[in-house]
Amino acid sequence: MKLDKFCLVGAIAALLALIFPLAGMDADTGKQVAFVGDIPGLAIAMALCVIAGAAFTWLGVRSIYSGIVILAVGVFGCWQAIVTLYDYGVAGYAGTGFWLFIISLWAFVWRGIDVVANYRSLEKAKQQVANIIVPVAFGMWLLFAWEVLVAGFGVPQVLLPPPSMIGVRFVTSTDMMAADFYQTFVKAVLSGYVMGCGSAFIVAIAVDRVPFLKRGLLPLGNMVSALPIIGVAPIMVMWFGFDWQSKAAVIVIMTFFPMLVNTVTGLNAAGKLEKDLMATYASGYWSTLFRLRLPAAMPFVFNALKINSTLALIGAIVAEFFGTPIVGMGFRISTEVGRMNIDMVWAEIALAALAGTAFYGAVAYIERKATSWHPSFRVRRH
Amino acid sequence: MTLKEVVNNVAEMPASKNAVVDIKNLSLTFQTADGPVYALSEVDLTIDEGDFVSFIGPSGCGKTTLLRVIADLEKATGGDISINGVSPEQARENRAYGYVFQAPALLPWRSIERNVTLPLEIMELSKEERIKRAHDALKLVELNGFEKKFPWQLSGGMQQRASIARALSFDADLLLMDEPFGALDEIVRDHLNEQLLKLWARTNKTVAFVTHSIPEAVYLSSKIVVMSPRPGRIIDVIETDFPKDRTLDIRETPEFLEIAHRVREGLRAGHSNDE
Repeated sequence: MKLDKFCLVGAIAALLALIFPLAGMDADTGKQVAFVGDIPGLAIAMALCVIAGAAFTWLGVRSIYSGIVILAVGVFGCWQAIVTLYDYGVAGYAGTGFWLFIISLWAFVWRGIDVVANYRSLEKAKQQVANIIVPVAFGMWLLFAWEVLVAGFGVPQVLLPPPSMIGVRFVTSTDMMAADFYQTFVKAVLSGYVMGCGSAFIVAIAVDRVPFLKRGLLPLGNMVSALPIIGVAPIMVMWFGFDWQSKAAVIVIMTFFPMLVNTVTGLNAAGKLEKDLMATYASGYWSTLFRLRLPAAMPFVFNALKINSTLALIGAIVAEFFGTPIVGMGFRISTEVGRMNIDMVWAEIALAALAGTAFYGAVAYIERKATSWHPSFRVRRH
Repeated sequence: MTLKEVVNNVAEMPASKNAVVDIKNLSLTFQTADGPVYALSEVDLTIDEGDFVSFIGPSGCGKTTLLRVIADLEKATGGDISINGVSPEQARENRAYGYVFQAPALLPWRSIERNVTLPLEIMELSKEERIKRAHDALKLVELNGFEKKFPWQLSGGMQQRASIARALSFDADLLLMDEPFGALDEIVRDHLNEQLLKLWARTNKTVAFVTHSIPEAVYLSSKIVVMSPRPGRIIDVIETDFPKDRTLDIRETPEFLEIAHRVREGLRAGHSNDE
C-alpha cells in the first residue's frame, strides 16, 4: 500500500513541533517566551495535525471530502499560528517547534489544494466553486507564509512589512488611495488607453488602405515604440504640464505601436476564399471591411488591447515620477519611499496590482464575449 | 436508345436556346518567374439557359480557372467572354451568379442564418425579406432548424449545404460550383448530388460544376466539358439526354457507362499528350 507522503510529512512535522521548543529566549529576561502547554489553541491544532496526518497517511486521501478535511485542519492551524505569533508574543522569537508546525501546515495545505485542483464534477456549480477555491487558497497560503516568515523572524518593517500591516494601511487610508486611483487610473490610464488604442486602430485602417503608409509609417511607429519611457516622460511633462495629460501622452506613445501592428496583421487575417466570396457579391471596400475583415481581425485587436491594459498602468505610474500634482499612485510611491513609509508603498503596489488585474480581466471578458466564435473560446452547444 | 441519340457533339446542336455564358477563343496566361503558364488556351464554349455543365479534367487543366474567369475572379488575357450578354465584371456587379467554393467558407462569427443572409445584407434587402429568403434557401438544402447554429457545430456536409443555401439565397439564375463535394465521403456526396439535381429540376437554374469524378460528372450533367492540361484547353464536349428527374439508378444503365467511357477516353487522350 502506498502511503500518502504529504500527510506523512504533516503528521511527523506536527509531532516534532510538539516536542521541540516553540520559541527562543527573550534577550532581556533570559526566559523562554512561550511554551506549547500555555497555548491550548496551538496545542489542539498540532494534535489535530498529528491525528489527521496519521489517519490520512494510513487511509489514503480518497475523495474531495478528505481534501476538505485536510484543508480545514490546515486553515485552523494557520489561524492558531497567527494567534500564537501576536497574542503570545512569539513574533520575533519563533523557534524550531514553531517552524516545524509551519512545515506541517504547508504539507496539509499543499495536499488539500492538490485534491481540490484535481476535482472534476459534471455539476457546473460545484466545479466552479472548486475552480475558485484553488487560486484563493493558494493566494491565502502565500500571504500567510509571508506574514509568518516576516513576523516569526522579526524582519524590520522597512525591509518588508507583513501583509497584515499593508492591509491595515490600505483600509485606513482609503480616502487618499481613492484620490490616487482616480488621478492615475481614471484620469490618466483610461484616457491614454482609449486615445492610444483608438488612434492606432484608425491609423491601422488607413495604413491598410494606403500602401505607402505601410512602408513609411510602420518603421516610424516601430522606432517610437522603442523610445525609453524614462526619456519620453520628462519631455511629455514639459509639453503637457504636470497633470494627467502628460501621463496620458506617455501612455499613447506606449500603447500605439502594439495596437497598430496587431490591427494591421489582423486586417490581413481574413482568408483568400472569404475575400473571393465577398467579391462574388460585388461587396465594396467598406462592406468587406465591416462584414469580413474587421471581425476576422478581432482576435488580434483584443490581443493588443490586453497587452496595452497592463502597459498603460505601468506607463502612468512611471511617468508620475517625473512631475505630478500632489496626488497619484506614482507620486505616492516615490514620496512615501522617501519618508520610509514602506507599508504605504506596498499598499499602493497592491492597489496597482488590483487595478491592473481588474482592467486586464475586464478586457479579457469582453474579448470572450466578442470573439466567442474563435476556436480558443468555442463552447459546443447542441 | 442508341449512343448516337444520347450523345451529341455540341457543334451539331442548333443554337436555339439563350446563351448564358458565351466564350470565344479565350486564353489566360499567368506570368511567373519560371516563364509564362498557359492556364487556358483557345477555349470556346457556350452554356445555354438551364444547362448543367460539368468541367472535368486532371489537376492543372484550368477547370477551376475557367470557372473563376466566368465569375470575374480572374481576368482573361485574350479572347472574348460574355455572361448574359455583358462582361464578367458587369455580371458580377449585377450579382448574376452564386458561387460555391471547394470549402464552405462560412464566416465563423455568424450563425448559419446570418451566413445565408450575408449576400442579401450586402445587397441591402430589408430584414424581413432576408429572413424569409434565408428560411427558403435553407429549406431547399434541408437545413431548416439549424438557423441559430454556428458553422463549427455542423458536419462538413451540412456546412457545404449551408454554403449552397447562401449561393441560392439571392436567386441568381447562374450557379457556379467549384468541386463543392470534393472533400466529402461517397455516401454524403451521392445524397448531395441527388439534392442538387432536384434543385436544378425545380428551379431551372443554369449550373456550371467543376469536378474530377467521372460518375459525378455524368450523373449530374446535361453537358460534360472534358479538359486537359498544359496548356489548359477543352478537348471534348459531350451532351447527355438523361431526364432532369434522373435517379442514382441511371448509373447502372448502358448509356451511362457509354458516356463515362467516352469521358474517360477523352481524359486519357489528354494525359497522353504529356508524354
